[in-house]
Amino acid sequence: MIKVSNLSFSYHKAEGPVLSGINLEFDRRSTAIIGQNGAGKTTFVKLLKGLLKPDEGDILIQNHSVKLKTAAELARTVGLVFQNPNDQIFKRTVLEEAMFGLLNIKMGRHTAENQAIKALKLVNLDDKLEMNPHDLSLSEKKLLCIASIVAMDPDIIILDEPTIAQDHAGKKIISQIIKELAEKEKLVMTIIHDMDFVAENFERTIVFNEGKVLLDGETRDVFAQKDILQEANVEAPGITQLAEKLGFEHTILTVEEFIKAVK
Amino acid sequence: MKKIIAQGLKYKYPLAETLALNDISFEVEAGEFIGVIGKNSAGKSTLCQAMVGLVPHFYKGAYGGKVLVDGLEVKQHSIADLSLKVGMVFQNPFTQVTGSKMTVYEEIAFGLENIGLPRDEMLKRIDEVLKLLKIEHVKDHNPFDLSGGQLQRMAIAGIIAMKPEILVLDEPTSQLDPAGSDEVFRAIHELSQQGFTVIMAEHKMEKVAQYCNRVLLLDEGKVAAFDTPEKIFSRDDLESYGVTAPVYTRVCRALGVKNAGTDCYPVTLEDAEMALRGVIK
Repeated sequence: MIKVSNLSFSYHKAEGPVLSGINLEFDRRSTAIIGQNGAGKTTFVKLLKGLLKPDEGDILIQNHSVKLKTAAELARTVGLVFQNPNDQIFKRTVLEEAMFGLLNIKMGRHTAENQAIKALKLVNLDDKLEMNPHDLSLSEKKLLCIASIVAMDPDIIILDEPTIAQDHAGKKIISQIIKELAEKEKLVMTIIHDMDFVAENFERTIVFNEGKVLLDGETRDVFAQKDILQEANVEAPGITQLAEKLGFEHTILTVEEFIKAVK
Repeated sequence: MKKIIAQGLKYKYPLAETLALNDISFEVEAGEFIGVIGKNSAGKSTLCQAMVGLVPHFYKGAYGGKVLVDGLEVKQHSIADLSLKVGMVFQNPFTQVTGSKMTVYEEIAFGLENIGLPRDEMLKRIDEVLKLLKIEHVKDHNPFDLSGGQLQRMAIAGIIAMKPEILVLDEPTSQLDPAGSDEVFRAIHELSQQGFTVIMAEHKMEKVAQYCNRVLLLDEGKVAAFDTPEKIFSRDDLESYGVTAPVYTRVCRALGVKNAGTDCYPVTLEDAEMALRGVIK
């Protein structure tokens, strides 16, 4: 769905590249991008979304180069949920916020409203349609931002730090949405620091380190590479570490797997 | 010595129909590191804001009972007076940035300027916190050019520089990578060892279990429990409060393995490893 070749990018030429020599292909597997702050993760997804343009190399999205498309043209195909909901939210009611993107891709008002409400139901905000989004809690704002993008039904959905401020219930909602999108053959990508959430929800994991791809593979295989993870200052999920310390033969990703391995 | 005393604290936001805080009472000793947990809208952020006076002075609304921080009754003192005793790091670091300063260095100086600290002392403290939070390399950057993680470190630095005896932090590491989050927890733990009192609202239960002396479990604006991490996370009814225990506790509970000689399940990686060693061949 996405092909990234030899991608390099810098904000200021003098400070050196933020990303350099990235080659990646994305299929429909749900994918987590992990790595330290400043590794270039957010910059990378902004490039995918066409908000930034590559200095070198190219990104093909469904065989079209992002260089030749505007961010507006890409909006139907690629949806990005911002890290900070306040960067995304600006309308006066929850419903208008969720409808904004839909109206911009020229959907009729009636259909847009239905789509928006359907998406808001997924995140349990359908009882707050008339509320001012700025009166929502941080976790609700984040869910609203997710719903606004899901409503647009793009083929590629990128979530920048979706679990910020979420409690157990909020994480469950997000996990459910990711599952449903995957069933609909969408590509779900996320930038995330919550390794337990990665282990439980994403098939593929890519580790960024200092603007380069350090590891890429099935989540289980990636979390098995203890030494390389350490180099990128990333830790495997707690349960994986516990199993490793106790000398388990296989890499464990969830509590259920751990219990099964013991019994 | 009691650093914080809450007695029957009740609070309702203007126009709200239900109490955000409903008869909250607890006491915190000097130097304690308290974790505040509970599902969203349980009252964690509101309680944090009630410690520094934003509730009720900034938000207004209906208020009952009282909170004493270091002997000052919050309701009777201005936010400015309280800010000398207690500092708060906001949940969203973007909300905390003043927007009036051009560099990280000046941004951190903001609080210090406001309390009229002598220049030499100011410079010394800023350098200290830049180093503590590992953001020296961005000290001349514009705060709005920082990444989410750097911004959050700056927000924490700005408060620690004020050296308030009581630190209130609302999910201070939400934007940080695991290594960064660990660094910040260790730095805050270090401060609590030095005698600072810390109140932290947090969803990362593994961290709460590892660093906090006691845990305040909130539910619908009420105190559901206030006890050691081991006791709190070993509760059978924990899930009914929308809280999941650390992954180590969950696995030990499922296997029925408790800490030797106690009635509690392990809550940290180290304890779980120790408890499970004898059990797993």
